[in-house]
Amino acid sequence: MSVQPAVRAEGEKPATREMFYAEALGDALRLEMRRDPNVLVFGEDIAQHGGAFGVTKGLLDEFGPKRIRNTPISEIGIVGAAVGAALTGLRPVVELMYVDFAGLAMDQVVNQAAQNRFMFGGQARVPMVLRTQGGSGRGNAAQHSKSLEAWFAHVAGLKLVMPATPADAKGLLASAIRDDNPVIFLEHKLLYRTKGDVPVGEHLLPLGTADVKRQGRDLTIVTWSREVVFALEAADNLAAEGIEAEVLDLRTLVPLDKETILASIRKTHRALVVHEAIKRAGYGAEIVSLIVEEAFDRAAKELAS
Amino acid sequence: MTPMAVRTREGSTPDNANEVARSSGPRHDALGLSLDDVKRMYRLMLMTRLVSERILQLNRMGRTPFGAGTDGHEAAQIGAAWCIRPGKDWTVPYYRDMGVSFVLGFTALDEFRAVLGKATDTNSAGRAMLNMFSSPERRVLSRSVLVGTEFPHAVGLALALRNRKEDKCVVFAFGGEASTSPGDFHEAANFASIHKLPVVFVIENNLLAISTRFEKQMAVANVADRAAAYAMPGHIADGMDVLDSYEKTRLAADHARAGKGPALVELKCYRYQPHTSDDDDSRYRTKQEVEEWKARDPVKRGREYLLGAGASEPDLEAIRVELANEIEKAIAQAESEPDPRPEDALTHVYAEGTPRPDGTRA
Repeated sequence: MSVQPAVRAEGEKPATREMFYAEALGDALRLEMRRDPNVLVFGEDIAQHGGAFGVTKGLLDEFGPKRIRNTPISEIGIVGAAVGAALTGLRPVVELMYVDFAGLAMDQVVNQAAQNRFMFGGQARVPMVLRTQGGSGRGNAAQHSKSLEAWFAHVAGLKLVMPATPADAKGLLASAIRDDNPVIFLEHKLLYRTKGDVPVGEHLLPLGTADVKRQGRDLTIVTWSREVVFALEAADNLAAEGIEAEVLDLRTLVPLDKETILASIRKTHRALVVHEAIKRAGYGAEIVSLIVEEAFDRAAKELAS
Repeated sequence: MTPMAVRTREGSTPDNANEVARSSGPRHDALGLSLDDVKRMYRLMLMTRLVSERILQLNRMGRTPFGAGTDGHEAAQIGAAWCIRPGKDWTVPYYRDMGVSFVLGFTALDEFRAVLGKATDTNSAGRAMLNMFSSPERRVLSRSVLVGTEFPHAVGLALALRNRKEDKCVVFAFGGEASTSPGDFHEAANFASIHKLPVVFVIENNLLAISTRFEKQMAVANVADRAAAYAMPGHIADGMDVLDSYEKTRLAADHARAGKGPALVELKCYRYQPHTSDDDDSRYRTKQEVEEWKARDPVKRGREYLLGAGASEPDLEAIRVELANEIEKAIAQAESEPDPRPEDALTHVYAEGTPRPDGTRA
């Protein structure tokens, strides 16, 4: 069964509906499953339970137990089976309940999903999405609160998405499912109950494009995931003091939209990188390195003149 | 689903075991337990029930952040833990094992300090979730929240016990049935069996991995069937009966203590509360199923057993009143104690004298 994208006149704004972040993710899954019978979902408690954070709620009723499959507690099995299913033409979307559990499946992610195409000399594709969530702030203690995006960003062969808003979550998940590479899709546990306007029907956002969430001339705040919420709050506070901060939401860490970052820095000459993770060897250091390598001379020269 | 029939490897059922007891003296006598032992077991079962219920009530009142109820597991936990020699054997409990912790000497105050994440929490100084029991002097190893990852640790503990020639000591590794799905369990069982290490795998089978039913977790009919793959005995107990749980765990423990290698005991029970206070169990089971299991309630059965064996109503009521007072005192005490200080958030990341992640030194 396929669903035609809504036909719109040029320039017409798409219809939107207010949704929770969790709901928007479920919407993307539902639409992609209707569109492509090869898409299937499996993971722990994702069937009648609807997932630990409610993202897969209702999918079992619509698509049945063959496409919405509960698994035992078996992270290696979940990710390994996704790799095999993807290699043979399916588009599995698998859920790990917490990113802290990814360590259990890390060989399947790093040596298998990420490298099978390379190892098979380009003869294979691994079109799978590994959805999971991270971040602190919910009182979930040490083994349920980490931010591990730097692990995945370091592995060649993976794409890495970290949406901050419901609309981005929907558009990026749909694109991740259609992508022919393994995509790590990292949600934030405290964003699931945030609300925003989400385009109704088919909504695709290309992986690798950052989004300027707020325009400004004095300072560029480069951030992603839940920190976008705080950066926008901070920008409001700064505006009250007459400082106009530009808030840049990376949305995908791999591929990285260097051009948008550099263009903003060239405009504001000031950068602040904000992320939720251990700072040492974190992804923020990668952004600072990029700015120093590719924008520092010009910024320094312009400041000096 | 109705409560499954409980079999034991010896072919007896708890019902005919009762008949045996009636014909040849009380069951506890045959197990080498005094009536006083059974009273103490009952007291800890009731304490576990009352504390577990209070944690959920306080959560619904907004006074505790999180709970993971024990209701329905009391007989399995108290009966199995009764085989542990505190301070000698090592115990690796799992996150629902409040009853096990009480047998090992943890108190209601310890529990509420952990539930509230207080600085005085002796498990983790307010860092871990509740029920991450930790006590080097009681030989209790804090488990991981990641299900099943504790089994290889238990095997390493057993290896250390043997290397230190603590020959009669064993390791009790607890888990739910769902924790036998990850590879960790299988690698641990295999390692222990090859090297004949003294590990007792105590599996509380409550039939649900959050929402996933037993038959979608494994194709074998019993967790105990998995033991055969590792050449170890697998016993099955009625986990809703404290004496049967004790008896069958004892068989497994005796095997390990005798130097014959690991053994497994499966305690068939049921959890009454949702998986945690964050879970909505109406999405995956009926109230009727819960009620059917409650008809075999382990605390109620313990009480009936004691009354049949000569304990008096006022005796048992006195236990309840004493526990209720102790629990309310513990809650008030724990609530009055300080939370961890924000400036201590980075302590215990490294051993003292080494750098913290922010570059300063501890």
